[in-house]
Amino acid sequence: MIFVALLLVFPLGWTLYLSFTNAQGSVRSPFDFIGFENYISVLSDTERFWPAAARTGIFTFGAVALELIAGMGIALLLRRSFRGQKWVRVSMLLPFVATPVAVAMMWRLILEPNIGFANQLLSWFGIPAQPWLSSPDTSLLTLLLVDVWEFTPMVAIILLAGLTSLSEEPDEAARIDGASAWQRFWYVTLPLVRPVVIVAVVLRAIDALKTFDLLYVTKGQGGGSFHEAETLNVYVYGLSFQYNNFGVASAVLILFFLMILAVMWLLTSRKKESAA
Amino acid sequence: MSATNTTEKPVLLRQQKRKHPKRTPYTIFRAIMLVMIVVIFIGPLLWMLLSSFKTNVDIQNTSKAFIFDPILENYRAVLGDGGYFQFVFNSLWIGVSSTVISLIIGVPAAFAMSRFSMHKSALVVLMARIIPGISLLVPWFYVFANLGWVGSYGVMILSHMFILIPVSTYLMMSFFDSLPRELEEASLVDGLTHIGAFFRILLPLSVPGIATAGILSFIFSWNNFMFALVLTGADTKTLPVAVFNFVSYASIDWGAIMAATVVMTLPIIVISLFLQKYIVSGLTAGATKG
Repeated sequence: MIFVALLLVFPLGWTLYLSFTNAQGSVRSPFDFIGFENYISVLSDTERFWPAAARTGIFTFGAVALELIAGMGIALLLRRSFRGQKWVRVSMLLPFVATPVAVAMMWRLILEPNIGFANQLLSWFGIPAQPWLSSPDTSLLTLLLVDVWEFTPMVAIILLAGLTSLSEEPDEAARIDGASAWQRFWYVTLPLVRPVVIVAVVLRAIDALKTFDLLYVTKGQGGGSFHEAETLNVYVYGLSFQYNNFGVASAVLILFFLMILAVMWLLTSRKKESAA
Repeated sequence: MSATNTTEKPVLLRQQKRKHPKRTPYTIFRAIMLVMIVVIFIGPLLWMLLSSFKTNVDIQNTSKAFIFDPILENYRAVLGDGGYFQFVFNSLWIGVSSTVISLIIGVPAAFAMSRFSMHKSALVVLMARIIPGISLLVPWFYVFANLGWVGSYGVMILSHMFILIPVSTYLMMSFFDSLPRELEEASLVDGLTHIGAFFRILLPLSVPGIATAGILSFIFSWNNFMFALVLTGADTKTLPVAVFNFVSYASIDWGAIMAATVVMTLPIIVISLFLQKYIVSGLTAGATKG
């Protein structure tokens, strides 16, 4: 317990401390206390910080929303048992247990504009080739879709566990009362699995906010040449380990951490509301 | 005999019924959707596998998407030289040792939290999940770099433990919560100490829980990229970093990269195929309890 606390409190405290200093360059070089200067410069930085924050928000919100809708659809399909269900489940396990770096590499090849299979597939349907990751305009959206591919199965499996733990009686009662399939889902099933939905959303939101491997492997340092895929996590990584600008990086980290906490607080406070 | 026969009969009937479902529009729709789902989620991975058997010329030739002469050159290139086995060993060594150490620390900690109602401390564990990895990395990098430890196995194992201990503690805690207290009370009445009860009664019972925590921990460690990117040196590079570095060179050798990613992903996929039960139970441990 003390060990765990030590692991968390020490780094956080250290980060907080660094964020008020001008630490940079070598880790051995001395640094001074400079107060809120880092925070002021970060918060007034409309070139890197705010766009990165916005991208983090768009990426997380878009990915989690799509994953939730698709995941719920899949979970509902899998709800009743059928032959081969086991195989469908196993196949759904693979995208999110596979090494993220491998997943990123794989999609880089598939989405390669000239030799990739994605554009080949589109051409069979008469859709013109897309630039995917190579264009600043489509990069973030493409990466969002890759994230959806990777983590929809996880959401589906969590939701499925929630669905199978429900008793079928309320659903049956509603059916007898003449409710349509949609009504049964919206007014009966959904409120019952709501706690599980919130858990899935919270887990996914935390991880989506922190997405790093996928973005870094596909777009490289700084999220591409125009920073088109730079989220806060990638930004902080660049600040820390390319520019060795530890002071500023720590300030961004603290702000990022506060943002995550705020999102968590929003999500969990809604949970309490629904319970009351 | 006759009694067992009569009870078996309805079961058989029910099974037969299930085998021949009514072909309503819904079941057909569902079958189509399910096939699509499997294709969508498995297709890209199969593409990776296919590409690893292609020459770089065939990879570029879109008319040879599915029909081509399979070759093993890429695997020979990856496994033959380039010290790839070293990276496999690094990943394995770091993964296994950080998992084992985390379990040794995490399991008793989880037991203590579960039994002596320290559920508040579960919040700390949850916090560990929320904190971005980098905010752990920057301070530790500072310390390790000053000590000159960056690039050693110890640093990697330690850095993975930061994440694995909270995860395994959390999983084991929800597992211990599900074990009835009476078991332990009975053993205490029979004269075992708390510690004795833990080792002799609960530990054997919690093998499934430990398996879950262990598998998930190992997968996490194996897949981890960010920590390894910063904290490994040339000799201690793990597989994800090694694969990533393939690209940094001027031309991209897609065939070799795909072979390397297959080698990297295969162990995880094999683990998932055989032990999917544990992975699913680990994922849903917290979820269904709310």
